Amino acid sequence: MKSEETITTRDEVETAEAARRLARLFTPGTFAALIGDLGAGKTFFVRAVAETLGARGVSSPTFAIVNEYQGDWRIYHLDYYRVESADELYDVGVEEYFADPEAICFVEWADKFPETLPARRVEIELEPNEAGGRTIRVRRYE
Amino acid sequence: MIALGFESSCDETSVAVLEDDRTLANLVSSQDFHKKYGGVVPELSSRAHLARVAPLTRDALVQAGVELADVDLIAATAGPGLIGALLVGFTFAKGLAVAERKPFVPVNHVEAHFFSGFLMDEKPEYPFLALAVSGGHTMLVLVEDELTLTRLGGTVDDAAGEAFDKGAKTLGLPYPGGPNIQKTAERGDPERYPFPIAELKSKYDFSFSGVKTALLRQVQILRTGNDPLAEETVADLAASYQRSIVEALIRKTDAAIAEFAPKSVSLVGGVAANKPLREAFTRTTAARGAKAVVPSIQYCGDNAAMIAWRGLALHRAGERFSNEYRPFPSFQSRYARDYSDNPR
Repeated sequence: MKSEETITTRDEVETAEAARRLARLFTPGTFAALIGDLGAGKTFFVRAVAETLGARGVSSPTFAIVNEYQGDWRIYHLDYYRVESADELYDVGVEEYFADPEAICFVEWADKFPETLPARRVEIELEPNEAGGRTIRVRRYE
Repeated sequence: MIALGFESSCDETSVAVLEDDRTLANLVSSQDFHKKYGGVVPELSSRAHLARVAPLTRDALVQAGVELADVDLIAATAGPGLIGALLVGFTFAKGLAVAERKPFVPVNHVEAHFFSGFLMDEKPEYPFLALAVSGGHTMLVLVEDELTLTRLGGTVDDAAGEAFDKGAKTLGLPYPGGPNIQKTAERGDPERYPFPIAELKSKYDFSFSGVKTALLRQVQILRTGNDPLAEETVADLAASYQRSIVEALIRKTDAAIAEFAPKSVSLVGGVAANKPLREAFTRTTAARGAKAVVPSIQYCGDNAAMIAWRGLALHRAGERFSNEYRPFPSFQSRYARDYSDNPR
């Protein structure tokens, strides 16, 4: 691990603002692994980042497994929630999405199949806190 | 005209034969094929589509009593969907079309859902409003004719079917979530927990992540230690949760009927199987003096009959497509424009 940072927000507005600040660090080739339980706000967070990057129509990829948006760059929004094995992911072709140098990848429930994740990645862990906001842990791996 | 349709956008492989509006065969892998391939739960796999598509095609033609030579047109889902899954059905269909020299029509999966009411005896009349609700989609669209659609709104986060599935998981109910929430809710009080109904900037948009989180918080509050929730509590939670989702869908549909005065209103997609939703939908539509069209269950889930129908409709309307056409995972409808709350 190269670095770890913790951000604490008090409400949805602050969480969205934190996402927008992080978005500025995302460039093509960035791989972001989203970690957090049901209702932690993973899709909300991705939407806030993606909108900052000029993408519209961001919604949950749970059913589709992969959503694709065009903003300033190409964005792949994946979700492992409904996936049952790493084999299924290879069959879906996740490696091709991850290897696209022109795109930014977001993967929700990424910790379900850590063996599929690239070594160089940003992990974003979301956890609801007492204040009604989120505790956001950002870990960078090189 | 006889159309052969293919659907492979996600978990289901389906092949159908249609003669105009009449379904001659509509085979869906998870329902008709599990005996042959073992496994009722749809499988997320291009290999599974590959293994199923040829035998399904043979069986569909046999069941329809149609020879490949009699087919006038071949249609296949071009998206949106998983590229690996789409490629199987699409490439197979296009290959058949080229080899047999038949016109080939690429079809948008979500558009096909909107028109699925035409597979019923009682058909929608233009202009009609369609509420499409499934595991992957939640959308309200106004259909003026086969080539003119206006997308009024959609979900900004979770789809309605996804909300049902995730809510069921939170309540410890088994898969599939929708039917089990409905069943559990029958014994519960829908007024017991006032779950939120999201109001959004764009008045025909939906959001279900708030109610999902509200359910989760309520469960955390009610649970003491590691004891599971009492059966009555789960029933009340399920009923209140279902009510909130149904109410959100109906409220926006009702507002759209009031604004656009469609002749018919159609409820389509897998979640249309939900009984309280069907009932509320039929009531609301009748109260506004419009005709309600709710396709039967076989046309609500993903199926190839609706793909074949849409293919025929586009062909009849004069639309022609190159054989160079490729599937597209984030296929946007080329016939739908976006509705704006604030026209300039």
